[in-house]
Amino acid sequence: MSDSNSANAPSADPNAGKTPLVEMRDISIAFGGVHAVDKASCELYPGEVVGLLGHNGAGKSTLIKILSGAYSRDSGSIFVDGQEAIINNPRHAKDYGIETIYQTLALADNVDAAANLYLGRELLTRWGTLDDAAMEAETRKVMNRLNPNFTRFKDPVKQLSGGQRQSVAIARAIHFNARILIMDEPTAALGPAETEQVGQLIHQLKQDGIGIFLISHDIHDVFDLADRVTVMKNGAIVGSAQTKDVTKDEVLGMIILGKCPAGAIPGPGALAD
Amino acid sequence: MSEHPEEFKESGLVRFLRATEVDTRLLGMIGALLLIWLGFHFYGHFVNGFGAFLTPRNLWNLSVQTSSIAVMATGMVLIIVTRHIDLSVGSLLGFTAMIMGVMQVWVLPKYLGLGHPMIWVITILVGVAFGTLIGAFQGFLIAYLSIPAFIVTLGGLLIWRGASYLVARGETIAPVDPTFALIGGGPYGTIGATGSWIVGIIVCIAIVLMLWNGRRQRVRFGFPTRPMWAECLIGLVGTGFVIGSVLVMNAYPWPKGIVKKYAAANNIEVPESGLFISHGFAIPILIAIAVGIAMTFLATRTRFGRYVFAIGGNPEAAELAGINTKKMTLLIFALMGALTGISAVIASARLKSATLALGQFDELYVIAAAVIGGTSFAGGIGTIYGAILGALVMQSLQSGMVLIGFDAAIQQMVVGGVLVLAVFIDTLYRKNSA
Repeated sequence: MSDSNSANAPSADPNAGKTPLVEMRDISIAFGGVHAVDKASCELYPGEVVGLLGHNGAGKSTLIKILSGAYSRDSGSIFVDGQEAIINNPRHAKDYGIETIYQTLALADNVDAAANLYLGRELLTRWGTLDDAAMEAETRKVMNRLNPNFTRFKDPVKQLSGGQRQSVAIARAIHFNARILIMDEPTAALGPAETEQVGQLIHQLKQDGIGIFLISHDIHDVFDLADRVTVMKNGAIVGSAQTKDVTKDEVLGMIILGKCPAGAIPGPGALAD
Repeated sequence: MSEHPEEFKESGLVRFLRATEVDTRLLGMIGALLLIWLGFHFYGHFVNGFGAFLTPRNLWNLSVQTSSIAVMATGMVLIIVTRHIDLSVGSLLGFTAMIMGVMQVWVLPKYLGLGHPMIWVITILVGVAFGTLIGAFQGFLIAYLSIPAFIVTLGGLLIWRGASYLVARGETIAPVDPTFALIGGGPYGTIGATGSWIVGIIVCIAIVLMLWNGRRQRVRFGFPTRPMWAECLIGLVGTGFVIGSVLVMNAYPWPKGIVKKYAAANNIEVPESGLFISHGFAIPILIAIAVGIAMTFLATRTRFGRYVFAIGGNPEAAELAGINTKKMTLLIFALMGALTGISAVIASARLKSATLALGQFDELYVIAAAVIGGTSFAGGIGTIYGAILGALVMQSLQSGMVLIGFDAAIQQMVVGGVLVLAVFIDTLYRKNSA
């Protein structure tokens, strides 16, 4: 497949001169001698969708879990709005407006939608007790906007369908004024209609100036949604490109071979020529 | 609604349950309890010629005997909900009781003088503090050093039993401080007829207020409410139960000997027909009820409780939501230790002494009570009231068998069998309701 852009050098960076919403610099983490992430750097601008691609085990999820505070990095630094950020646990990340929708959804299965939405950030009455009524009322509002068919507010989320659980996970991520949203395989468990819904939601969030990391091992999922793709292989960044500068085949080459095309900016993990 | 296609063929019972929002499990447990009570009573009636179970005296005793296990069972619910276990509670109870015994019999009288009014207060504070510290220490090993709770508390089971032997060189410590002894019940450790009525009426008012407040909250946010008749029925059953308990507890008079002593001490003339002085609620059962209410509040109305259940449902999700699961684990075990301390007060006050065997096998009864009460070993599921009812079931079985004269060997086998059966029924119930 030939594309007029593919042979060209990377086109002008539309974000040139802007401060990234978040920048990860030289992040490394090892688990018992295995370098899961090795000196990886990437950045995300306001209103931008960055697809983070790579095989299973390429280090995408690990890199993103460092950003969301689930893992502590061995070295490297994270900047939010140009300021160095201290992120050592999920709570810190949330304080910076970094919200994550995990592949596993990370819901407490035995409690209802409202309890999950507010998990770790419960609304309290003036007596310091849980304000369940207020949380349920808010949850009804949020869910009505996100998924009007959702009615099972009293059931433990275990009893909900995959799509409904996904709605709860998404609602939880965007309800607290997220500025940086991480979506790990957001459509893996969804049917076509629900996948379409997630796509619409991403467009809408983009309009609001939220930066989104979209993680997937399947380029078809993200190619249409992402402004930029960053590809990882064996824990290192192969390269990064604006989606308009590269073809799907070229990105596939980056994922599988680690070969960086002319339209991309190569990273430390790129195959040497 | 499409979710309830079966609605049109619902039986009256299902409609009734939905309207009242009563937990079917709760009904099942109450049913089982009534069956046990009636069974023992009529077995005694027909076989031994005297049904001793459903008498004020036995029910009063039952309430006192249940208290110690019930208090610990409320804590065990939280432990099991978070997918842990605590096998050390029996030994820990024995150890804290021994510490308290030594405190009030050997140590404090030396400094304060025998019979000093602060002895019982200091003793209890020391006991509960000890329990809390040891619980927290075990929780620390489990949470921060990642040693499985089963192993830590199995070690604890041996260690604290051994420690209580060392503390008192195996002696029985007695007699405890007289005020301390009141906490164990006994004729003087009760609040009498008038006191019981006051407590009963306060509880009745609280039930009505809670129903009213709950309804108001639902109306405020426009959520569906229960039909009025269902609210009234729940109120009636609740208050009826409370008033019934007061009547039963008040129907059990002090024994003649104690009445005579009491009358002589207070210059009351005993009439020909004898003097009827009611026991009323015993102090230990009041403590157990207070603990039950506090623990229910903690489990359902506070962040702490919400986190306990979230951790039980999905530990990883809880961690990712920013909950400090390690700290929670430590706190839960510390709380278990504190409750064990309270139980130790009740148990040793009831015996008026601290013995080496105190609390032996209690861990099994406590775990059984929680599990019979619907706490799931898979984590994330359990209720405080269930555990208290479970404790009552266990104790009813045991004292029922004593009353009809079963021997200890058979008692053990029955209790063991019931535990296994209860979990089996629970599994069936979950399969059908899921």
